[in-house]
Amino acid sequence: MSEERTPKVPTEEGREPRPRWEAGAPALTPEGTPRGAPVRVRRGEEIHAFPETAVGEGDVRGAEEHGEPARGTSLWRDAWRRLLKNKLAVFGMIVVCFIAVAVLIGPAVIRWTTGFTYDFMPPNQQQSYAPFTAPDGEFSPSHPMGTDSAGRDMLARVLQGGRISLMVGIISTFVSLIIGVTWGATAGYLGGKVDDLMMRIVDVLYAIPYMMIVIVLLAFFGGRSPLQQIFLLFAALGAVSWLTMARIVRGQIISLKNQEFVLAARATGVSTPKIIFRHLVPNALGPVIVYATLTIPSVMLQEAFLSFLGLGVQAPYASWGSLAQEGIQNIAIFPWQLIFPGVTMALTLFSLNCLGDGLRDALDPQMRKF
Amino acid sequence: MSRFNFILRRLLVTVPMVLVVVALTWALIRLAPGSFYEGERKLPPTIEKNIRARYGLDQPWYVQYGKVMGNILRLDFGNSLRYENETVNEILRRTVPVSAALGTCAYLLALVVGITLGTVAALRQNSKIDYGAMTLTMLGISFPNFVLGPILVLVFALSLYWLPPARWGGFPSRSLILPVLTLSFIYMAYIARLTRAGMLEVLRSDYIRTARAKGLTEAQVVWRHAMRGGLLPVVSFTGPALALLISGTVVVERIFAMPGLGNYFINANLNRDEPLILGIVAFTSMTVLIFNLLVDVAYAYIDPRIRY
Repeated sequence: MSEERTPKVPTEEGREPRPRWEAGAPALTPEGTPRGAPVRVRRGEEIHAFPETAVGEGDVRGAEEHGEPARGTSLWRDAWRRLLKNKLAVFGMIVVCFIAVAVLIGPAVIRWTTGFTYDFMPPNQQQSYAPFTAPDGEFSPSHPMGTDSAGRDMLARVLQGGRISLMVGIISTFVSLIIGVTWGATAGYLGGKVDDLMMRIVDVLYAIPYMMIVIVLLAFFGGRSPLQQIFLLFAALGAVSWLTMARIVRGQIISLKNQEFVLAARATGVSTPKIIFRHLVPNALGPVIVYATLTIPSVMLQEAFLSFLGLGVQAPYASWGSLAQEGIQNIAIFPWQLIFPGVTMALTLFSLNCLGDGLRDALDPQMRKF
Repeated sequence: MSRFNFILRRLLVTVPMVLVVVALTWALIRLAPGSFYEGERKLPPTIEKNIRARYGLDQPWYVQYGKVMGNILRLDFGNSLRYENETVNEILRRTVPVSAALGTCAYLLALVVGITLGTVAALRQNSKIDYGAMTLTMLGISFPNFVLGPILVLVFALSLYWLPPARWGGFPSRSLILPVLTLSFIYMAYIARLTRAGMLEVLRSDYIRTARAKGLTEAQVVWRHAMRGGLLPVVSFTGPALALLISGTVVVERIFAMPGLGNYFINANLNRDEPLILGIVAFTSMTVLIFNLLVDVAYAYIDPRIRY
């Protein structure tokens, strides 16, 4: 902790005897005072907008004198370095990458090596086998997670389910991102009565037990085709998880909108939507990324909850939630049908949460809340 | 005076909000294709017409809407379509205590364990205990209750035979232990994290330094001074927690086959039992909104800085 905070300023004896600039000038660049007005650096928000004045953990002067180009560490590079110091976050990042790769190429690899797919039922062995067991009870590597009650390979099903679960998580988060950012940024920038009204609506929606409405929506409109059900899930989950995002973005925009670059944009006649989306939103990106990372696991949990109730993803598709629902029917006899999809899901959510937490600490150490 | 006004104003907002939620649900049900009366067997047109007339389905939508809303304002939700000899009110009276017992026990357990864990972690920040507690709570947030519940059943009911695996055995009974544990895990995790964050912030504040400076013991500082400020995030979490608790009880009641509100809600949806769905939605949104109001009032009592 303390090591991280100490700026690495070279000691006097390791340096050239005389600085080249006049004494008393703010020593930010080798040339002395930066041109123009002093740049206020608020929690790194615009530090990357003026790279020549950015001073991170590295020391610009020191680097210059060692013959390297004078380049400040940007917000993102600083954040990356802090992220790598957080063991849980690194663990999360590795596991998330591993699971993403496994889910993407795993089904193809299994089909290529053992010939099983998520919906292949062996004609005369339609029963559940324990992990690493062949039909005759001997050891066999062909089903590392066993099979389900119809003899389908559990590993292939878990990987295929992961595809759907992750896809629902990412796409619904993206939907919520679009709604939330647009809503929050508009309210924050316009301010006044519009802001009051828009945020009142968010407050009201917060208090509604929206999961009940989602259940009604899925129960009454779903079930016509499995693909349609998945699209309904994207829309429904995205539509209910944008509220916090809107609040976060609004707060960021309000703190940004009175700064000079917005005034400059307005003075040169940039239109309001363009100011919001081209000038303000990019500067609020850090918190948005952090919150989006944390939305993915929560949306995945909601999808699993709905699928577990039989209202989400439907056969022939499977998600971790619907696999768990199938598994719980046979929990006493074939526990592996529940444990493998369940634990895989828990591990994924755990890693995503760790990564999101680490990103928050790295991108904005002052925002550390939970 | 202003406090009274505040409560009154909020109550005035609450009633229309419940009506909006119910109206939304009603619209969803009505816009959906098919209905309760359309079974697999096609009814003769005359009978179908009579049924529609009997339930008022032949009237224009605004008349039906007015009737539904009128019933809800009188807190009379009508008869269930599926459970023919029970009114929705009777079903609510039967199922709400089950869900309430489950939810209250789980939340109280989560409060006790979560606050203890969070406070200890905050007092020993960056120690092994802190990291252990935070990893545990991260697991709690990530572990879906429909995975945790069956695993607990597998261990404690089906392998060790300590506890019954499912079914409802009345309020204070052993059959409640596993459902409560399953449900409370995630809240415990949330509350522990909120407590830790709140306590860390408070412990650095000036008034705690003052308390220490005037020579109070550490226990007095923590219990009397830090707790009050440090638990504010937990109090404000109670509102969203209730909404979360509702979806949690649905799953837990499903896993443990408990005759609670959530279980009936899912069945009502699968059966397209319109009066029962509307009744449950109206009841739950009322509960949630009133709770949110109570939380806001309680918040102001605890934190004197808050003005209405």
